[in-house]
Amino acid sequence: MRVALFVTCVNDALYPRTGQAVVTLLERLGVRVDFPEAQSCCGQPQFNTGYRHATEPLVHRYASAFADYDHIVVPSGSCAAMVRENYPRIGARAAAEGRGGRLAAAADRAVPRTYELTEFLVDVLGVTDVGAYYPHTVTYHPTCHGLRVLGLGRRPRALLEEVKGLELRELASAEECCGFGGTFAVKNPAVSSAMGADKAHHIRSSGAASVCTVDNSCLMHIGGLLSRAGSRVRPVHLAEILASTEESPW
Amino acid sequence: MSVTYLGMPPFPEAAAAATGDERLRGNLRHATRTIRDKRAAAVAELADWSALRAAGAQIKDRTLRHLDHYLEQLEAAVTAAGGTVHWATDAQEAGEIVTRLVRATGEREVVKVKSMVTQEIGLNEALEQAGISAYETDLAELIVQLGEDRPSHILVPAIHRNRSEIREIFRERMGHWGRPAPDGLTDRPGDLAEAARLHLREKFLRAKVGVSGANFLVAETGTLVVVESEGNGRMCLTLPETLISVAGIEKVVPTWQDLEVFLQLLPRSSTAERMNPYTSTWTGVTPGDGPAAFHLVLLDNGRTDTLADQVGRQALRCIRCSACLNVCPVYERAGGHAYGSPYPGPIGAILTPQLDSMETGLDASLPYASSLCGACYEVCPVAIDIPEVLVHLRERVVQGGTATVRGERTTVRPARGHAAERAAMRAASWTFDHPRALRAGERMAARARRLVPRRLPGPGRAWTDTREVPQVPAESFRDWWRRTRGTAGGAPGSTTAHTVDDGTGAVGSTGRTGPLEDPR
Amino acid sequence: MSSRETVLGRVRRALADVPRGELPQQAPVARDYLRVHGRRSPAEAARLLAAHLADYRAQVHHSTPGGLPETVAELLVRRGARRVVTPAGVPAEWLPDGIAHLRDSAALTPLVLDTVDSVVTGCAVAVAETGTLVLDGSRGQGRRRSTLVPDHHVCVVRVPEQVVDSVPQALERLDPARPQTWISGPSATSDIELDRVEGVHGPRALDVVLVSADRWQPADGGAAQS
Repeated sequence: MRVALFVTCVNDALYPRTGQAVVTLLERLGVRVDFPEAQSCCGQPQFNTGYRHATEPLVHRYASAFADYDHIVVPSGSCAAMVRENYPRIGARAAAEGRGGRLAAAADRAVPRTYELTEFLVDVLGVTDVGAYYPHTVTYHPTCHGLRVLGLGRRPRALLEEVKGLELRELASAEECCGFGGTFAVKNPAVSSAMGADKAHHIRSSGAASVCTVDNSCLMHIGGLLSRAGSRVRPVHLAEILASTEESPW
Repeated sequence: MSVTYLGMPPFPEAAAAATGDERLRGNLRHATRTIRDKRAAAVAELADWSALRAAGAQIKDRTLRHLDHYLEQLEAAVTAAGGTVHWATDAQEAGEIVTRLVRATGEREVVKVKSMVTQEIGLNEALEQAGISAYETDLAELIVQLGEDRPSHILVPAIHRNRSEIREIFRERMGHWGRPAPDGLTDRPGDLAEAARLHLREKFLRAKVGVSGANFLVAETGTLVVVESEGNGRMCLTLPETLISVAGIEKVVPTWQDLEVFLQLLPRSSTAERMNPYTSTWTGVTPGDGPAAFHLVLLDNGRTDTLADQVGRQALRCIRCSACLNVCPVYERAGGHAYGSPYPGPIGAILTPQLDSMETGLDASLPYASSLCGACYEVCPVAIDIPEVLVHLRERVVQGGTATVRGERTTVRPARGHAAERAAMRAASWTFDHPRALRAGERMAARARRLVPRRLPGPGRAWTDTREVPQVPAESFRDWWRRTRGTAGGAPGSTTAHTVDDGTGAVGSTGRTGPLEDPR
Repeated sequence: MSSRETVLGRVRRALADVPRGELPQQAPVARDYLRVHGRRSPAEAARLLAAHLADYRAQVHHSTPGGLPETVAELLVRRGARRVVTPAGVPAEWLPDGIAHLRDSAALTPLVLDTVDSVVTGCAVAVAETGTLVLDGSRGQGRRRSTLVPDHHVCVVRVPEQVVDSVPQALERLDPARPQTWISGPSATSDIELDRVEGVHGPRALDVVLVSADRWQPADGGAAQS
């Protein structure tokens, strides 16, 4: 089984600890994971803002960079959803525009091998107890693309429930968007912040010390609002909780 | 004539003002949350909901793919049943047709059933200019009309008003239009409904002309269907001597049997009821029962342009249930008025710009009025992938391309004001396609990381007005990987020669042999 | 060019991607949804109808063919109705003495109907799963306005023959050429804060009489007659 990490550009540049956590976690589970350095960004910011053509080289890049792996593990629901949902569309549109089937073929190669982290753990490795230890109260926010595009369902919760020492706190209106939405956060800052403020309120009301998601981009927004409001609730990516053990706390 | 109201600012501006209106937000929060849970319960009662939803989408798609056929079939059936069919290419023509038909009756007043399409074409204003008074009879439309307000929701146009505001409007305004509100009117919803009943009763009983929309037009039989709750629809559809129904051409369904899908999907999605209190169906005229004259005005007004867009055309499946508004977190905070047209919420964000050929600044801002959270798609009873269409329309805004405008294939230019963004996006794509440059950029950011201020100037303010910026780490992931795992990161067993820059500094030489050594 | 030709021409140009020669029926529609939600006996269907009618604030009563005049008369007396309209097909014997009886006709204008207290009709079909009565203007059901303007509607449903389980079954039985009114409870609105309240323009009181030759047995085994 040849496994590659697609760390995503946000994690690469801003949250390297999350990528390190995925490597640590997978290696602990006996999976040798590789990081092909040709990878960069899935193209979601461009695509979702309307720059489909600017996204096309990144589809090729993704397909080529990961051409030799059976499984591509992505610690981001949103980026995994970009590949799975939108790469085929980008390929089909290019073909419809009379530019041949190369993009569609690239998408076809990439899509079936792309797994969001919790999908890889639960569906491919078949584990929910990853031997993690995290003695904190945590509330889980299911981010939209993981929830509604990938259909992650109970996978993240199932993993969290097996973490020793972890106390899961319920989050009110959990399935409601945090208001990040990529460039939405800066194109509609007032609505984005209003949505985020409600999310932050529910997070604080949960009484948890940490808020956990499978997407650091959403956490960047939620965390930015929480810390601006002086909250001590700590945003943490699910991978970092799962990487944490009694012997080496994360 | 644009579907958006004149002088409306782009969405972010109007929405920002709305987020500061505590009462509005309270009203919307209360109303949308009330209906959300109820809808979920009503839908959960049907084990075959997903099959119904798929069938609803397919029936609409079948209709749209053969719309010319079904329109001609509908016209023939309505005519055979004693109705008269009129065709309107745009709002102005539809207004002229209705005005002419009302004038021909010699009447100066019409009673109206709530109808989205007559809002869209500004029919009341057109009639008013011709000296004809149009009385809205739906409770929420009445509240809007009396309050000289605009609708803010598809199903409940006065959703932005709470009960005490409604009482004030009734007390102050009803007398100007007819029977005043009863003395001592309370804000109990039952009493407010009673006040509307008394106020409108005399208008119904003497009305000679009714104007309606339609929820469905059955091509096979020529039957029109109006779904409602209050009975004002029944009043307008059956008491007057003349009935004029205006309907968008996308309201057609092929067969009577097809209603078995939509009459299950619509009430549960809309008011969260197993069935709405009243549904009226009629086919042409029935001697001795109901209007003696029936006119159907079929409206294009941008629908064929929308139909020409293979991604965007799914917006024409919409059955106007408003479930997408009720679950939308953006709608809940921005309110319906910010969308600047009779079609607010997620469906409005994809329908209005298409009907309007993206001609106004507001139109160009609407596809961005979404965080793409996908809640709208999840609840849509005809499976309109609203996020997909939003992104597709964003492309039209920033890239331009070909589109159909008033029936003509046209090359459209990108909307104004996106030049800097376009440059930035292209630069980002270039950087991401050149990992060495990416690595260099990341290192530069890491070195400058202590220089990032808490509040950014210029466009960055949109972020830092309310949010902290994340701390840039001292080392990117890719640098950490290279430092701790060596530079040999690459594909095991690969014989493929890739021609991509892999960030190792060896462009085009990524064909590797041998598995990666375990770094431990 | 007429607007009709303009619109149809635009439609055809917009559909350039649809293969020429594709027939409408070739566009797939999977009808794998349920015809009925659950299996139930006629008695169970009638009980579900009663429960769903009551959910939306219709008053449900039970009677037998022999007891029907008495039941209807009692409902009208209880309501205090003095003027009652009935369509042809509703026997005059159903109405109690001392009540002004009007026959539904084209001569009954809305203003006259506004002076009527109650209307008594039958129905074409009743739908158990949704608690819906359908009137289609055939014998015993009257013109649409006669069941609209009066504030009280007594509707008689023959059980089991007029009861179907589901919306698909109801549509199969109905003739689209006839003007139909589907009624689910008294008039209502959700227009104030998206919360349902009963009683706007249509009849605010809806009494439904389920008539069955068999003695009625509610699920809870409680009193049979209202």
